[in-house]
Order: sequence, then C-alpha cells, then structure tokens
Amino acid sequence: MSWFDKLVPDQIRPESAGASRVPQGLWVKCQGCEAILYRAELVKSQEVCPKCSYHLRIGARARLDGFLDKDDRQELATEVTPLDPLKFRDSKRYKDRLLIAQKNTGETDALIAMRGKLNGLPVVAVAFNFQFMGGSMGSVVGERFTRAAEYCLKHELPLICFSASGGARMQEALLSLMQMAKTSAALAQLRSRGLPYISVMTDPTTGGVSASLAMLGDLNVAEPGALIGFAGRRVIEQTVRETLPDGFQSAEFLLEHGQLDMIVDRREMRDRLHSILKILLRKS
Amino acid sequence: MNLNYLDFEQPIAELQAKIEELRHVGEGNAVNLSDEISRLKGKSDSLTTSIFSSLSAWQVAQLSRHPQRPYFFDYINAVFTDFEELHGDRTFADDGALVGGVARLSGKPVVVLGHQKGRDTAEKVKRNFGMPRPEGYRKALRLMQLAERFGLPVITLIDTPGAYPGIGAEERGQSEAIARNLLEMSNLKVPIICTVVGEGGSGGALAIGVGDHVAMLQYSIYSVISPEGCASILWKSAEKAPDAAAAMGVTADRAKEFNLVDAIVPEPLGGAHRDMPATAAALGDHWLQQLERLERLSVDELLKRRHARLRSYGVFAEA
Repeated sequence: MSWFDKLVPDQIRPESAGASRVPQGLWVKCQGCEAILYRAELVKSQEVCPKCSYHLRIGARARLDGFLDKDDRQELATEVTPLDPLKFRDSKRYKDRLLIAQKNTGETDALIAMRGKLNGLPVVAVAFNFQFMGGSMGSVVGERFTRAAEYCLKHELPLICFSASGGARMQEALLSLMQMAKTSAALAQLRSRGLPYISVMTDPTTGGVSASLAMLGDLNVAEPGALIGFAGRRVIEQTVRETLPDGFQSAEFLLEHGQLDMIVDRREMRDRLHSILKILLRKS
Repeated sequence: MNLNYLDFEQPIAELQAKIEELRHVGEGNAVNLSDEISRLKGKSDSLTTSIFSSLSAWQVAQLSRHPQRPYFFDYINAVFTDFEELHGDRTFADDGALVGGVARLSGKPVVVLGHQKGRDTAEKVKRNFGMPRPEGYRKALRLMQLAERFGLPVITLIDTPGAYPGIGAEERGQSEAIARNLLEMSNLKVPIICTVVGEGGSGGALAIGVGDHVAMLQYSIYSVISPEGCASILWKSAEKAPDAAAAMGVTADRAKEFNLVDAIVPEPLGGAHRDMPATAAALGDHWLQQLERLERLSVDELLKRRHARLRSYGVFAEA
C-alpha cells in the first residue's frame, strides 16, 4: 500500500484498491497492433488477432482442439509421466517446478499427443505446451513423441507436430539431449515407411527441439512471425559482438533463407495441411 | 602459477617444479640426488592419485578442456595410418572445426571424423575453437554416406564446446544440419563407433554422436548445455558453473549410470595429456575391439540393436 492509499479513509477506499471490477482476462491487448480484443472473440479465432493477424501463443490443448475434427479423438501416451531422475536442484527443486507447471497448466508434461481426424482424414497430431516449463523436451516429451510416431507406424497414419519450445530440458540434463536422437530415429522410421510427417514450428521453436524433430518434416511449416532458431539471440550477440538484423530468426527470415516450405496462417492450417496430406497420400 | 596445471593441480605442479630443480642441480654435480628425486616422484604420484580420486564434476569439466588435452589430429597421428583428409560439404565451404577422412586402423579401412580445436591462436581461429557451422555437419554426413557406399565403418571423435552460434550459421540452417545427422545416423548401414574425447557440448556433439557404441574418455564431459550456460540461466550467474556441472552430472560415470553411454575408457594418472601415447593406445585398442565386434553383425542386426539403444533413452514413470 502506498503512502497515499494509507491516507485515504476506509469509507472512500474501493473494495480492493487498484483492482478493476471487470473480471480478469475478459479483454486482451494484442501484442502486434495493441488493439484491445474481446477474449471470447480471440478464442474463436484461435488466438489470432482479428485486426492485424498477429499470432498469439496458444496452449497445446487449445491448439489440438482447434486443429482436429471435434469427433473421434483419442489422447495418446498419457500413461507416461515425469520423474526427477537426477534429483536436480537449482534455486528450486525440479520436482517442485514440475508440480507448479502441472498446477498452472493442468497438464502432466509439455507435450500432448492425439489421434484424431483432419477434415475426416485420420492423423496423429502432437503439440508442445510452451506454458509448461518453456515447452522443454525431457524424457516424457521424447517418449510421448516417439509413441505417437510408433502409433503412426502401426496404423499407417501421417504425423503432424506443432512445436513451441525453448529446447532440451536442463533439469534432465543428458537424458534430455538424448531425446533429440530418440525422436529423430523415430522419424527416420516414419520416413522409411513412406508416412508423411509435417512439422509446424510455432512461436518459439529453438535449441534442441529445432535441432531435431522440428526441422525434420517432409514439410517444414511455420506460423507467421514465429521465432525459430538454434541459438538464442543473446548468445549469438555475445558471440559475434554485433546487433542482429531486424527480423533475424523470424519465420519470414527462415523462409527467405530456404529453411521452410511455407508460412501458414493458423486459421488456414486445417484446410491447407489437409489438402497437402491428401496429395502426399495420393488420395482424391 | 604453472599454466600447464589447473588450479586444483597446483600442489602437484609445485612438487614437479622441485623435481625439475633437483634434476638440474644434479646434472654435472658430484652429489647424487636420485634418491631424493625418486622420493619426491613417489610423493607426487601419490598426491596426484589422491587429488584425482575425488574430482568434482567441475574439475572434470576443466580437465576435458585442458589446453594440452590431445585433439583429433593427435589421435589420427598416433593411432591411424594412411589418413587422407577429405574436405568440404560440396555446397558452401570446408569447415575447419569438423574434419575427417579415410584411414586405416590396424590395417582395417575406416572413415574417421571429429571435432578439431586449435592449439595456438592462429589454429584456434582456423578451427573456430572446435565449434562447427552447418557446413561442418553436412561434410560429416557426406563422409558418413561415403562410408556407407563403400561399406566402411565410421569412427567419430567428439570434442566441441557446441555448434557455433553465429548469424551465418543460423542463416544456413544450423538446426537442420544437426537434426538431419541425427536422423541419417540412426539408419546408416555401417557400424558407427562414437567416443567423447574432450567436451561433449550439446547438440553440436550429438550431431556426430549417434551410433552403435558410444564411449567417453574418463575425464571427458557430455552435457545438454555448458555448465556456464546452465548456470547463467538457472542460477542467473555464470560463476555458478561448478554447481551447474554437479547438478547436471556431466561426467562419464553419470552418463553411464543412466545408460546413455556404453563404456568409459580410462585415462592415465593425471589425465590424457600427461601420457598421450598411453591414451592413444587405450583408444586404439578400444576402437579395434568394438570394430571387430560390430563387423560380425549383419546390417539388420546392427540396425535393430542401434534402434533399440536409441529407443531406450529416457527415465519416466508409467502408469
């Protein structure tokens, strides 16, 4: 409470000083155009600003909910949950960080895998949850991704991955690094069986996730404006000792440098990926 | 302070200096100092043994980066014959930080490749401190595919702080280059034997580290991020690197404990650089042994086992 608030008599002080009476989160400011947006409308447009098409970050469950057909879905690999094999501790215990992330997101780890349909076409889709420890890949993310790929092998289905991750999870150390090898090996199996894998990189996709499963798509797709890269901006700036060009590591920058097949608006993702998959699968 | 010794080795350095001094005095002198010298040598050895019996993870990290630690070309010269370096990724450039070629190991034809750091300033710059750019990983893949075409086993030596974080590296697809190697190495139809001989720095190390047998030299490290990088993110201070090294467990025995590497090749007392010929001989024996074992497997069996190894990585609960 500031000195001024203390001087205000109780009778004229609002019920909760400073807080507005509007329910929290009813309105959202677009980070792109600063327009004030009605929350419900934003949810309807899958977290894309209706005014300027800025793509806000979206949680994994909302992502898959908007991407897959409403009926006939089944979540995969939920039986796999995280442990703390290294008893890792920095300023907090990894165990506690996991509990906090689980409480805040309602998810058990940073990847959700789901079998479902895309305009009637059976697919498996997985999505990273950036809210869960920065979407970092540890043993559970690697295992769920691999099980999703194996489900595709068994049922001859295409795989679609929406990545949003800072990279490998430090709290599982080398175990996390090895998930890069494990998931890439699973994708090699898909490739040799001729099953399509489409990687959709969303904001942000960096580090060990971009340097493994995210860059290995038969198609590498990105959402507009997504940050995609191997090393973090700060690390690069400290190494090369120069300021980075505007738009460095943006989806548009990667497209220009030949690293992506295409940039697709989230609201068109379903229809465009469906059309491409049907061509790759030689379906009419 | 003797710069050839790390801070925790300074007591050893002092004894060694004393021994050298006595040797110098002893030369051309009637007084026989050999008894005293051998007494001090014994003391130095037991001191080294005791210091090296309880190294912290951070001390091992320092050893793995020791300025005198043997590098790729030291092992090439000591262990292999008929080495011919093969250059370039056929697309953009020849990367000096990741090198390789054809060679023979005890007469057996192989492709050998690895990271090369620089010894002096000029070479450090030429080798980019052992940090490859995408063209380095693409050259490595080209050499591995050459090995596959001619049925040659691949031996990789890992020693890098990490893949280079630069503007050009990003523009040319550092992520894609690393990812592609992980995918292709998992299905390469010839034996791949990987050894971490110094620093196993994250994705930049793993990009030549997927194989049928992965070993680490005793005082090498393998980690998802450098101890300094981890410390600056999680502890908000790079000076907490020793804590980060301990928490991540970057050492060979920790990696082995989680079945992420298959074997640890012991180093001479005081580390690889104290007896380079002995280290090279131990590695040569190790590679030959693995080569003979893996050569006996059919391609199907080789790949089946490799896939099973990769599939097994990870620790999680299962309801």
